Order: sequence, then C-alpha cells, then structure tokens
Amino acid sequence: MTLEIIGISVLWLFLFLYVIVASIDFGAGFFNAYSSFVGKQHILTGVIQRYLSPVWEVTNVFFVFFFVGIIGFFPQTAFYYGTTLLVPASLALILLAIRGSYYAFATYGAKINHRGYIYMYGLSGLLLPAALSPVLAMSEGGFIQLDNGQPYLDYWALFTSPLMWSIVVLSLTAVLYISSVFLTWYSSKAGDAKATDLMRKYALVWAAPAIVTATGIIYELRGHNPEHYARILDLWWAFALSFLLFAGTVYLIWKKRHYGWAFILLMGQFFTAFFAYGASHYPYLLYPYLTIYDSFTNEAMAIALIIAFIAGLFLLLPSLYLLFRLFLFDKDYVEGKSDYHA
Amino acid sequence: MEFQDPAFLSRILTLLTLSFHILYATIGVGVPLMIMIAQWVGIKKKDEHYILMARRWARGFVITVAVGVVTGTAIGLQLSLLWPNFMQLAGNVIALPLFMEVFAFFFEAIFLGIYLYTWDRFEDQRKHFLLLIPVALGAAASSVFITIVNAFMNQPQGFEILNGEMVNVSPLLAMFSPAVPTKVAHVMATAFMTSAFLLASIAAFRMLRGSTHIYHKKALFLTMKLALVFSVATALIGDFSGKYLAEYQPEKLAAAEWHFETEEDAGLVMFGVLDGEEVKYAIKIPYALSILAHSNPFAEVTGLNEFPEDEIPPLWIHYLFDTMVTIGMWLAFFSFVYVVAAWRNWSFIRTKWFRWLTVAGGPLALVAIEAGWWFTEVGRQPWILRGHMKIDEAATTSGHVDLMIVLFAGLYLILGIGTVVVLSRMYRRNPVEKELAARENGKGGEEE
Ligand code: HDD
Ligand code: HEM
Ligand code: HEM
Repeated sequence: MTLEIIGISVLWLFLFLYVIVASIDFGAGFFNAYSSFVGKQHILTGVIQRYLSPVWEVTNVFFVFFFVGIIGFFPQTAFYYGTTLLVPASLALILLAIRGSYYAFATYGAKINHRGYIYMYGLSGLLLPAALSPVLAMSEGGFIQLDNGQPYLDYWALFTSPLMWSIVVLSLTAVLYISSVFLTWYSSKAGDAKATDLMRKYALVWAAPAIVTATGIIYELRGHNPEHYARILDLWWAFALSFLLFAGTVYLIWKKRHYGWAFILLMGQFFTAFFAYGASHYPYLLYPYLTIYDSFTNEAMAIALIIAFIAGLFLLLPSLYLLFRLFLFDKDYVEGKSDYHA
Repeated sequence: MEFQDPAFLSRILTLLTLSFHILYATIGVGVPLMIMIAQWVGIKKKDEHYILMARRWARGFVITVAVGVVTGTAIGLQLSLLWPNFMQLAGNVIALPLFMEVFAFFFEAIFLGIYLYTWDRFEDQRKHFLLLIPVALGAAASSVFITIVNAFMNQPQGFEILNGEMVNVSPLLAMFSPAVPTKVAHVMATAFMTSAFLLASIAAFRMLRGSTHIYHKKALFLTMKLALVFSVATALIGDFSGKYLAEYQPEKLAAAEWHFETEEDAGLVMFGVLDGEEVKYAIKIPYALSILAHSNPFAEVTGLNEFPEDEIPPLWIHYLFDTMVTIGMWLAFFSFVYVVAAWRNWSFIRTKWFRWLTVAGGPLALVAIEAGWWFTEVGRQPWILRGHMKIDEAATTSGHVDLMIVLFAGLYLILGIGTVVVLSRMYRRNPVEKELAARENGKGGEEE
C-alpha cells in the first residue's frame, strides 16, 4: 500500500462517516419541520433534542477533518477546488451556520421555538446536501476548465448537466432514507411508539427513491465519463452486495423487526457502495487534471500526518465510545427519563 | 479598481471572518479554565455558590462555542477558498499542526457534549469536574496549533525552495519556528485574561442593576483576582514578544514604533500623528524602545531605513500597537487596584463609577484582542508567508468574492446580534436569585 492510498483511504473513511452522521442530522431537522408543518409537532422534537444536541459539534468536526485532511495530504486540491468552489462552498457554510445557530439559540439557549426558525433549520437540512453534492459531479470532469492556467467553474455546463442533478437528487433521497432508518431505531429504543411508527413509514417511503436514483447515476455516468463507467462495471459485485444489504434493511423495517440490525445493514450498504464508487474513481481526484499521485504532498509530511492520525485515533476512539455510551446506548437517557443539561 | 481586485477583496473577507471568529475563539479558550476554577473552588469549599457559578457560566459558554464552531468552520474553509495558492504551497509544510488541530476539536467537542449533559448525573461531583479537563485541554490545544500556523507565516522555516517547489521539508522544524514561544504564550495569556475580565463585567453589571446577592460579590472577586494574574502575565509575555520582533521581524516593530533610522538609546513613541517622517504630538518615553527590544536602554534598534520601500508594513499599525499596550497596562493597573482595595476593604470599589469601569474591562480586553491580531497580521504585510510569498500571489482569481463579503457580513451580523439577545434573555429569565431559591426547594435549576 502506498502512502497515497493510505491518505485517500483515511479521508474517504472520514467522509463516509460524515455522510452517515450528517445525513441523520440533516434528515432529522427536515422531518421535524415537516411534522410541525402538518401539525404533528413534538413527536420528534424530544428525540432530536436528546440525541442531536449533544453530538452536532462532533458531526461538524468530521466535515472539518475532511477538508483540512485533503489539503494536508493533497495540497494541490486547494488550487483546483479552492478557486472553483468559492460560491457553492460559501453557500454551504451559510447553511451550516443556520443549523449551528439553531442548536445554539433554539435548543440550548433561550428556547426560541419560532416556527420560521424550525422551518429554516429543516430546509437547510435539504439544501446542504444539494450544495455539497455537486462537488462529486465536478470531480467527474468537464465542469472545471483551465483558462490561462487558472481553473474556473463552468456554471452553465454544471447546471444543465443531468449527471449533476441526479447526484443532487440521490443525496436528498439518501439523507432522508438514512435518517429515517436511524430515527426508527432510536425512537423504538426510546420506547416512543408514535415516533417509531412515523419514522418507519418515512423509511419505507424513501427506500425506493434512494435506490432508483443511485442506479440513475451509474446510467448518467455512461454518457458523461465512460472511463469511470467502465471501472464501475468492473466492480459490479460490490454494487450487487450493496443492493442485497439494502434489501435486508427494507425487509427488517417492513417486518417491524430488529431495527438496530436494519441500521447496521444500511451502514453496510452505504459503506460498500461508497468505497466501490471511490475505488472506481481511482486514481483521479479531478478528471482529467488531478490524480492522487501528482497532487500528493512530500513524503516527510505524509508520514508525519499518518503518525498524527494514528496518535489521534487513540484519543478519538475511546472518547467517541464514551459519547455514544452515554447518549446512544444509555437506556435512561434515551428514554428521556433523566435530564442533566447544565 | 481596487474593489475588483480579488486579492484585496479576499483580504477584506479574511479580515471579517477572523475578526469575528477570534472573539468567540478567545472566549472558547479562556472560559473553560474559569469554569474549572469556579467548580474546583466550589468543591473544595463546599460552597454551592461557586458550583452554581460554574454551571451558569457553562450554560452561556455553550452558546459562544456553537458560534465559534460555525465561524471557525467558515475560516477553515475560506483559507482554501480565498488563498488557494498559499494553501497549496504552505500545505506542504505546515499541514501537520492544522491536522492535529482537528483532533483537538474532536476532543473538545466530544467532552463538551458530555460535560453539559451530565450535570448531577454522577454521585461524586469530582467525577463531573474531571470531564471538564479534556474540554479545557482541547480548547487550549486548538489555539496552540492554530497559533503555530500563524507563527510559521511570520517566521517560516523547515523547507527550502527550489524552482518554485518546496524541498527538504521538515514538518517538525516548521512547527517550531522561533515565533512560537512568545506567540503561543501571549495568545493563551490574553485569552485567560479576556475571559476573566468578561465574567467580571457581567458580575459588576448585575450589581449595578441592583442585585445585592453575595453570589455576585464572590464572582466578582474571584474573576478580578484571576484577571490580575493573567494581565500581569500578558504584559510580561508581551514584552518578550517585543524582543522576539526586534530579533526576527524588526520591520514590524520599527513600523509600529515609527522608528525610521537605526539608532541607539531609542525612545518609545506613544500616540501622536505622522507628518511625512516627522512625528507630532506624541508622548516620547526615552530609552523605552531599546528596553522593549533588547532589555538594555542603550541598545541599537533597527529602523525602517534598512528595508526596501516595498517591504515596509503600513505605518498605521502604530495605533493598533498603542491601543493594545494601553489597554493592557490599564487593565493590569485596574485589576491591581481592585484586588488591593477589596482585600483592604476600601469602599470606593463599591461606588457606581468604579463598577462601570469594571463593566468596561471585558469589552476593552476584546478590543485589545482585535488590535493585537490586526497588528500582527497587517504588520506582516506585504507578505503572507514572510520572505517567500506576497499577498497578491496567494489570492484566488475568482470574481465572486465581493458577493461573498456581503453574504458573510450579513451572517455575522445576525450571529452577533443573536448571541447577545439569546445570552441576555437566558440570564434575565433565570436570575441567580431565582435559581438559588429553586434549588433550596429542591427543584433543580431550570424552569422548564
Ligand atoms: C487582551 C489582549 C492583549 C493585551 C492586553 C496585550 N496584548 Fe499583545 N497581543 C495580543 C493581545 C493582547 C494578541 C491578540 O494575543 C496578539 C496578536 C497576535 C499574537 O501573537 O498575540 C498580540 C501580539 C503582540 C505582539 C506581536 C507579536 C508578533 O507579531 O509576533 C507584541 C509585541 C505584543 N503583543 C506586545 C504586547 C505588550 C507589550 C502588551 C502590554 C501590556 C500587550 N501586548 C498587551
Ligand atoms: C493559517 C493561518 C492564517 C492564514 C493563512 C492567514 C492569512 C491571512 C491573510 C492572507 C490576511 C490578509 C492580509 C491583510 O489583509 O493584510 C490575514 C489577515 C488577518 N488575519 Fe491572518 N491568517 C492566518 C492566521 C490568523 C490567525 C490565527 C488570526 C487570529 C485570529 C489571524 C488574524 C487576522 C486578522 C485580524 C487579519 C486582518 C488584518 C488585515 O486585513 O490586514 N490570522 N490573514
Ligand atoms: C486562521 C485561523 C483559524 C482557523 C482556520 C480556525 C479554524 C477553526 C475551525 C475549523 C473551528 C471549528 C471546529 C469545530 O468544528 O469544532 C474553530 C473553532 C475554534 N477555534 Fe478557530 N480557527 C482559527 C483561529 C483561531 C484562533 C487564533 C484561536 C485561539 C486563539 C482559535 C480557537 C478556536 C477554538 C477554541 C475553537 C473551538 C470553538 C470554540 O470554543 O469557540 N481559532 N476554529
């Protein structure tokens, strides 16, 4: 295994973790706003406050980890993506700020539960994946061009590209699907039958769109980036495995059984698909300009970063374990029997 | 013309975001220590008031941290968005502390979540206190790492440049540039000092509003003692920072002091205005600059005449330096007077005007923080990486920076107002007296 591969694998793993935890966070906000809209408020509010409020900052660090890490391991990405992403990334930052301030001002703070705020918070959960996911489309090439050696983003090509739109739709359906499966599990652990029922329904509603859009993207790639498409076909078995895991989740949810397992299978589904997609993208970070090899940092830095990463994991894993034990697996806490907020 | 220059616009946006983030970051570094001290005193003295103090401070702290996280994420990403060429070059050498900082964030965020949601969950108070240690360590570590990056920009080392490529990179050497010791120490000391003054401001303000509870007196006395300790430390370390500048970045010190010619027995210029190279209406303290720079009243101090015209920082940083130093001296003096007077039980510290001066301490410290950072950053001009890369070469070429400035300015305005409104609402709805009464009735602190 080369240093380049180690670097990109670490980053891809953390991006995967971010996708999962952020989807739970984004989707929960949306469902909360939606249920408030149709007059079923408070079914989810408790669950959201108990689980999401203590962990949203940790969720955010996964995102920071990814963009700091990619500049560290692959400094040249700053040149290509930094220049071109100014507008989409700034919009994403504003949306992230809306979410952060909701936690700060509405759940910890003065409890401003203004409806407009709840809707904005919910809507930002949908707009964020829509703002972040086009980066995946850009990495397929054809949207970032060089002009006099300076990269620029061809907005027209991007916004008229079916590939970009299918990635956006996938990210939305995936967020809602991941989040509803997780919340089904969490509410059933909390013994909240009403919330479980509601979330289970959402999970079933969003399962089919999630898988259909995912397939749609592979189809779109055939026209847009044949090289990448061919590599995806080579990895067909991984995508098939991912589909089986998906079927398992849906079956369990349908049968109202083992919601914990359903969520684990879902993690497996996304993990295999995400890594198979990443592997088929190899070695490009940006078609056709940037590969993980020519953008890589020097050897001394790479080794230092990997050592720091391993040392960091020793700090991180026990702490995360403690966090989850207290807020995810602690029965009294999850059931809302005890409130120890400062 | 300048208003279409992406480099100029990027500077404005960087200035905006950093100036906003640093207020929250300073609180984020300093306040956990204050909470720790209060909780510790409470456990030791078995005094409910101090424990409640820790708890109430922690409640406010969550809100400032959340805004700190939001704005920190913004500046972290903006570094690559606005200065892609710089990040591409510097990423090769200084990515290590940035990367380590992320682990410090993880550590802080995880334990902060746990700390906040586990009040009264443990039988033994001390266990809960222990959870605060990683929060304070994580916050301190993140400020150390980011300050190391900033030190590197001021005094880069640990690489060689060959045909525009960085070679022979040593990440550890780059991390420990000569700017690190004074910078890190000064930043930490000022964060503690500022947090102490801010908390003292709040206590004094409550007392001005007619609250006579002993709780506020305890809070004020504790925070003023801490403020004294850290403001003396700040001034001392500030003096070392001056010596660092004289040795490694003499142009910054010379520009700050309007010191045009290299000379011995140099005097320190306070305030004044500049007319060409002539200094008017200034207070001159003889020999003081030689002392600040070299601890020797007769030492020679390098002047601006030794540097090429286009590498001299803007001369208005003089006012930034003056602002910082004046506030630093004043606050050290003021907290000294307060502590002595409180100890000897002199009554003038209970007068209205003195309370108002105490209230002013917190905001003044924040002004000094801003002045200090602007001074270091503008004083590094025209360089982004001193001696290697200038600002214009580092900036993005994107044409949309102006729009982003408007967008982020609006965001920070809302976040700033939100913080103030939410914090004051939170404490007004649930004043100490009410909370203490509720606790005595065994109802716990929160209204809901
Ligand atoms: C509460 C805030 C505060 C106060 C009261 C002071 N400072 Fe300061 N100063 C800072 C907050 C600060 C800072 C924000 O922390 C800076 C900006 C960058 C840095 O490294 O620290 C800084 C930088 C800074 C530098 C530049 C270091 C560099 O560029 O590398 C010098 C020479 C001093 N300070 C000196 C002093 C002196 C002699 C003070 C006298 C009391 C003083 N400061 C008070
Ligand atoms: C990776 C670290 C950093 C980078 C790449 C960076 C880069 C820059 C750049 C390019 C500017 C514009 C220069 C200018 O406008 O004159 C700037 C300004 C500024 N920076 Fe830094 N900086 C870093 C660290 C910091 C830190 C840690 C602080 C503290 C909060 C800080 C505070 C400021 C301030 C207050 C300004 C405004 C001064 C001005 O606009 O001139 N910087 N920074
Ligand atoms: C270029 C300069 C800076 C960058 C790129 C930066 C980056 C960040 C980022 C990405 C976060 C969010 C972390 C999260 O998601 O939890 C953050 C928060 C934080 N930053 Fe900054 N930062 C800078 C300057 C500073 C400085 C100068 C200090 C301290 C002196 C500081 C101290 C903190 C602290 C303590 C937090 C945690 C949140 C809080 O407690 O308010 N940062 N910063």
